[in-house]
Amino acid sequence: MRFTKDHEWISLDGDIATVGVTAYAADQLGDVVFVELPDAGKTVAVSDGLAVVESVKAASDVYAPVAGEVVEANAALSDTPETVNQDPEGAGWFVKLKLSDPSQLDALMDRAAYETYLGTL
Amino acid sequence: MRYLPLTAEDRATMLGVIAAPSIDALYADVPASARRSGTVDLPNFQGEIEVERAMAALAGRNRPAGAAPFFCGAGAYRHHVPASVDHIIQRSEFLTSYTPYQPEIAQGTLQYLFEFQSQVAALTGMEVANASLYDGSTGAAEAVMMAHRITRRAKAVLSGGLHPHYAETIRTLAHVAGVDVLSQPAAIDGEAAVIEAIDAATACVVVQTPNVFGTATDVTRIAEAAHAAGALLIVVTAEAISYGLLKSPGEMGADIAVAEGQSIGNGLNFGGPYVGLFATREKFVRQAPGRLCGETVDAERRRGFVLTLSTREQHIRRDKATSNICTNSGLCALAFTIHMSLLGEAGLRRLAGVNHAQARKVAAALSAIPGVEILTPRFFNEVAVRLSKPAAGVVETLAEEGVIAGVPYSRLAPSAGLDDVLLIAATELTTDADIAALATALSGVLA
Amino acid sequence: MTMLNVGRPTRPEATQATQPTTLTGGRGLLQDEALIFELGGWDKTGVDLPDADLGSDDLGELFRSAPIGLPGLSEPEALRHYVRLSQKNHAIDLALYPLGSCTMKHNPRLNEKMARLPGFSDIHPLQPTSTVQGALALMDQLAHWLKTLTGMPAVALSPKAGAHGELCGLLAIRAAHEARGDARKRVLVPTSAHGTNPATAAFVGYAVEEIAQTADGRVDLADLAAKLGPDVAAIMVTNPNTCGLFERDIVEIARLTHAAGAYFYCDGANFNAIVGRVRPADLGVDAMHINLHKTFSTPHGGGGPGAGPVVLSDALAPYAPTPWVVHGDAGFDLVEHAPDGSGSFGRMSAFHGQMGMYVRALTYMMSHGADGLRQVAEDAVLNANYIKARLSGAMTAPFDGPCMHEALFDDSWLEGTDVSTLDFAKAMIDEGFHPMTMYFPLVVHGAMLIEPTETEPKAEIDRFCDALLALAAAAKAGDVDRFKGAPFHAPLRRLDETLAARKPKLRWKPEAVTLVAAE
Repeated sequence: MRFTKDHEWISLDGDIATVGVTAYAADQLGDVVFVELPDAGKTVAVSDGLAVVESVKAASDVYAPVAGEVVEANAALSDTPETVNQDPEGAGWFVKLKLSDPSQLDALMDRAAYETYLGTL
Repeated sequence: MRYLPLTAEDRATMLGVIAAPSIDALYADVPASARRSGTVDLPNFQGEIEVERAMAALAGRNRPAGAAPFFCGAGAYRHHVPASVDHIIQRSEFLTSYTPYQPEIAQGTLQYLFEFQSQVAALTGMEVANASLYDGSTGAAEAVMMAHRITRRAKAVLSGGLHPHYAETIRTLAHVAGVDVLSQPAAIDGEAAVIEAIDAATACVVVQTPNVFGTATDVTRIAEAAHAAGALLIVVTAEAISYGLLKSPGEMGADIAVAEGQSIGNGLNFGGPYVGLFATREKFVRQAPGRLCGETVDAERRRGFVLTLSTREQHIRRDKATSNICTNSGLCALAFTIHMSLLGEAGLRRLAGVNHAQARKVAAALSAIPGVEILTPRFFNEVAVRLSKPAAGVVETLAEEGVIAGVPYSRLAPSAGLDDVLLIAATELTTDADIAALATALSGVLA
Repeated sequence: MTMLNVGRPTRPEATQATQPTTLTGGRGLLQDEALIFELGGWDKTGVDLPDADLGSDDLGELFRSAPIGLPGLSEPEALRHYVRLSQKNHAIDLALYPLGSCTMKHNPRLNEKMARLPGFSDIHPLQPTSTVQGALALMDQLAHWLKTLTGMPAVALSPKAGAHGELCGLLAIRAAHEARGDARKRVLVPTSAHGTNPATAAFVGYAVEEIAQTADGRVDLADLAAKLGPDVAAIMVTNPNTCGLFERDIVEIARLTHAAGAYFYCDGANFNAIVGRVRPADLGVDAMHINLHKTFSTPHGGGGPGAGPVVLSDALAPYAPTPWVVHGDAGFDLVEHAPDGSGSFGRMSAFHGQMGMYVRALTYMMSHGADGLRQVAEDAVLNANYIKARLSGAMTAPFDGPCMHEALFDDSWLEGTDVSTLDFAKAMIDEGFHPMTMYFPLVVHGAMLIEPTETEPKAEIDRFCDALLALAAAAKAGDVDRFKGAPFHAPLRRLDETLAARKPKLRWKPEAVTLVAAE
């Protein structure tokens, strides 16, 4: 699992990457009430808007950590957005991306580096 | 001064606590070039007696609708408002409260907004409604913007029966949003003609029923055509009482229903404040403009209401908000909801029936007059007629004779080439004697 | 003697330690009131109407035959229902309503009386102008007062609220640029701005860029100068700003803006601090909306209606929206369609704006007059500074020096107490006050923005300050429970906004439908 400074995580299975927000982000956001997800087929470049995650008081953009094509969005979140709070790095995933350049993952942090980064915030 | 409680002694004491030498010291940040030592060039304060006298003199130079036979409509209608409505909306707790940002001490406002939303949803036949917009015309413009966001298309088709001032309000906003507006030529029965103009680039079709000429239209086929092209159907209604008699926008396939709610609970007020009704499908609610009130529970699990889905709104989403609207028409919505609660379904249907009957009588009485042609095939409470003379002049002449005959279409659209068309509305306040007076006066001026 | 010992006890019995909850949900004067949809009046009506003399057979398939689903109430039931609801609201007539940026001042009842004169309330926007000369004269007089108070040459009356006024101002600015063939792309807005500013700029098709703020709460001139450029259409600056401070460099802000070919839109929400004392024209403003429902006392009505006329400079006046009032040969006339060659950008709404609010605002202006309005501003500023002085020992103000009409505090004084701004605000409810504006402006942590207005007597302000000082002392003394669960004494306890947003329930539905939907 790799991490970004914007508190997204990404895990790779073959050429399909699953993206979500980290436990730290889920805690900071407070109660998640809605997640706006992209349609399958949408292609994104690094740092493009990928999703919007909403609490009662705020709406936060989730950016694509790597480039690719959306192959699936987590439909279960529309009925149970609280999953993002309960299991952010598991069942609370947002989208699955087919990567256009897997080497982009190399630029991201591993868990140890991310934890170190969190310590600086 | 009767509205200022501080005494000279208070002011001196308070300056002492602040440790400021004078009030001027508190304005020290104002640039010297903008400081004014004296008062601006306007009259000084006046007591209630003087102000009331001056305002009454201004009011006296207007002729109230109730003073003469009166037939103006075209988006604003003179209806009876029960006395209790105005009494309730003047209660301090409603009149002098703010937007319900602290729900624990604003349940009065929040509960009536929830009731208002429920009533509007039922009236329009839609799934959800918001807590009001400014008026029907701004609601129509917001609806076009919403359709643009949902479909990501940039073309709006407006029917030739849409109120020209609504069309202009839409065009003003659409222009800066980069939405092309295709307005169909004015036509008495103009709604069906929009079907031809729908294509794969169309974001929405805006139709009005009853339309500005009074024509009531079944828009079901337009909805089908719009949906087949991936476009949304926006149904505008300028006379909310018509919901009591005519099939609702929701029953005919509307995606967004917009209405002017003035007719229920609110007076003419020379054009405002009015109340915009805005309803849509549940699946589109996150793209809707304006406030939404929702049900929830408090810490002791008691039912309560809050403003919700606020991440759509300007105070949170800022430049990505669905609309810039903040203040809406709260108190007018309260007047609407009280009047609607008094009417109930039974009263609304009866009221709509009386309106329709009086308009039928108008049509019958005028159709017998040489020089008058009834143009509207099927109507609710308003008909368009063609006169043998320009309508504006006829209206002026009749006004001098004490009859306000209606709205010349040329006043709404001077260049439409319909100078001989007069829009005539009747309501439950229109008496048979009023109709006879109109017929007599019109016969006279057209003879 | 005759020993008459019958009758009721005349002093309270020893009180119980804990209050029992009531058996029905009612609580003394506070009734547990159902929704109108739950009161059972499906066939009922509270309005007696005549029979329709003619039927609806002519409507054919358009006739609405399916049930609509609207309950009715008799008049006594309706009055009870809404009076019961009303008692669950805070109101300016009840106590201080110190919402910063909202100007919750007293609403004179003469305004209401005048707005209800049939000559104003019962006239149609499209009846012949010869029959509404008084209404047009009133609009003309209101325009004269607004222009004189602001020093600006023109005013567009029709916008229906502050945000609608912003829209009007930016549409005029965009039209002015387009008329020169100089389409521009960006609008600059300080971080402390009202949300309506960026929302409006985006609505008008501009990209929004934020201007930084200095350590003393004002626009950062260097940052403004760096961001101004040939593609900037306008800046939108609130003055006095949302920190309650006068932008002391405002003349320079205007100069820099104009030098870049941009326009200066001023958000006039805080005009109450300077009305009658400072004219926006003297500050270099090109457009400014005036919230009649703030500065000029028309009631907020639980969220509206408002009115947001926009004063315009000579540069922008040609682009004003229709309609406008003119002096013609036969009295006043109304221009509802822009003449050929006019630069007018279009129309804000179907009719002429908020006439009912014009009547109230002009009544208020005439009541105060030029001298009274100046006193309004001074008393509003005095009251705010007095609050700031009284509370500064216990609470922390992020900016030094005098404030304008509102006093801003942050939450640094709450550090270590486990009490948040929200908790503090909710505890104020228990003491009988409406909370101040919280968490706005965004530039101050845990912001508390207090605007008393000029219509508060000193005794009420003292009562308010005493309450806040007592609460502050309680917070610092570790009396956390008083805050965490607050309010305890309001009609309801804190509401679950998460539930409302996760499972939106936006209308009443019959029980059966709800059950079907849940399956």
